[in-house]
Amino acid sequence: MESSVQSAVFYILSAIIVGSAILVVTLKNIFHSLLFLVLTFFSIAGIYVLLHAEFIAAVQVLIYVGAITVLLIFAIMMTAQIYSPVLRQTNEQVIPGLIIVGVLLITTLIVLGNTAWRVSEKLPETQSIVTIGKSLLTTYVLPFEVVSVVLITALISAIIIARRD
Amino acid sequence: MNYRLLFPELFLFLWIIFIFVLDFFWDKEKTNYLGWFSLLGLGITIALVFGSGTGRLFGGMFLADSFSFYFKLVFLSASFLAILSSIDFVKKIEKYRGEYFGLILLSTLGMMFLCSAGELITLYIALELTTIPLFVLSAYLKKDFRSAEAGIKYVILGAISSAILIYGISIIYGLTGMTDLGLIQFSLAQQHLRFGPFGPALIFGIIFFIAGFGFKLALVPFHMWAPDVYEGAPTPITAFLSVASKGAGLAAFIRIFFVSFNVYQPDWVMIVAVLASLGMIFGNIVALLQTNIKRMLAYSSIAQIGYIMIGVVAFSWRGISALSFYVFAYLFANMGAFISAITFSNVTGSDEIEDYAGLSRSSPGLALFMAVFLLSLVGIPPLAGFVAKYYIFASAIEKGHIGIVVIAILTSVVALYYYAGVIKKMYFHKSEKEVNFSIPFSLKLALFICLLGVLIAGLFPTPFIDLATKAAQVFKYW
Repeated sequence: MESSVQSAVFYILSAIIVGSAILVVTLKNIFHSLLFLVLTFFSIAGIYVLLHAEFIAAVQVLIYVGAITVLLIFAIMMTAQIYSPVLRQTNEQVIPGLIIVGVLLITTLIVLGNTAWRVSEKLPETQSIVTIGKSLLTTYVLPFEVVSVVLITALISAIIIARRD
Repeated sequence: MNYRLLFPELFLFLWIIFIFVLDFFWDKEKTNYLGWFSLLGLGITIALVFGSGTGRLFGGMFLADSFSFYFKLVFLSASFLAILSSIDFVKKIEKYRGEYFGLILLSTLGMMFLCSAGELITLYIALELTTIPLFVLSAYLKKDFRSAEAGIKYVILGAISSAILIYGISIIYGLTGMTDLGLIQFSLAQQHLRFGPFGPALIFGIIFFIAGFGFKLALVPFHMWAPDVYEGAPTPITAFLSVASKGAGLAAFIRIFFVSFNVYQPDWVMIVAVLASLGMIFGNIVALLQTNIKRMLAYSSIAQIGYIMIGVVAFSWRGISALSFYVFAYLFANMGAFISAITFSNVTGSDEIEDYAGLSRSSPGLALFMAVFLLSLVGIPPLAGFVAKYYIFASAIEKGHIGIVVIAILTSVVALYYYAGVIKKMYFHKSEKEVNFSIPFSLKLALFICLLGVLIAGLFPTPFIDLATKAAQVFKYW
């Protein structure tokens, strides 16, 4: 019973994700695109909840729905002429692009659908935050620390790129 | 745990912070010294790399072995030369001179982590640390239209290639449940023995890896970004990109493919062989048509990575040893050619091959340097390029890959034509205008180091080949 509810929720969320993602890249008004992007991010957070990854879901909402969206709103508001109705999201290469992406999509679906993936027999963690925190500071401490170097780099880079000459 | 293994990386990171802080306190006139400070830091890091020993840290996430030792030396030398050749160049930049050096060092730090990474997550993060500073460095001359174009092209294509790579990583993780390179190999080999070869999903994963790294290495057909970025970026950065960034991608590529995908070697070697041949043919032929020296060197570097990949195709320790030595020889020859081009364009403000006419008269020294580096890139004895090419061809012939060697030799002849074209321009064409060449000390020093590298590695290659062989013996599976 539970699993059928779960798969129903999964399919609904997936439909919302795919549908709104398509709208993001096709709508003419960039602000509307952004709103559908928020919807996409939210539904992805829903998928994480479905997979018992509550922490990732919370992070998804905080960072993607919160920070990144706000950043994009600022970027849109500060960019002149971005509302102009002549703006198109596609160019003359849209047809070859669609064909290539279509072929890639179909082959990926066939290949990934016919593969025996390694499935963990363990039950989902009940306290995923504890486990994540522990492994970030023990097993994965090296990549965790290197990520902070990457963040510093990104900050410095952003300041340099945004400078006024 | 033996944290001494991490000392070079830790020291370099602290030194970078030190540079940023110094830059904050010093006024603009003094910032030239920051370049020399960065060089000092690199020198100490090289000494620390020599002293840090070998071993594993964090359960195999960080590997300090003779392979990473060798490649760290290559990256640090490339970074050293790039900074040395930038000291004069940064005077053109109005603001953020110190950060320019700091970002080169940060990228170098990423490369050092990259060639030591024994696990996919660390490897991916190190790759990001390598490329993010390079995006900004390519666009450093923000007002220059071509530099801005280079930056935006590099950032978009770099992001796409990272996305492709991480998709490949997720597929491999889905198949094996591991991220450690050695454990992936074990798991794949075990499943191969028990259930026979994997289905197409693994091939998909491997292709995603090849495509992701193909972008970083500028392998044909993933090379589209390279000529525009190489042309638009500040020339010292182009030199750094063409040597160090490729070397870093290569080191990671070898670790993944020779360790994790070892069992599926026949499948991927064929793909790499095709891409390498395409690179040699395409790169060399298109380079013929170029009129801009930076574009020409860009296409020539697309061809050179084809030659380097012959060592991967050979799939033997001798192949890795040969390609490691090739990277070393290529480092000095290619950096040297780019530094000559920097020197030339600093004086004349031009990157056009046309303007090199009569350089042998206006600056015989510079013309000679340029000629030596170009000849080493072709592989003329007694220069380093010759030994490198000979060795890498020998490693492929030993394994019976005659076809790719024939392609390599034929395309080398084409390469000789366009490299010699520049030399002919410099020596046998007269120019109308008289230019007075005064080469700053830092560039002279950089040119001399490159010349020494090319000559010593060409005349006395044995110690370097021994080092490369030691590096290759990390991958002893056959």
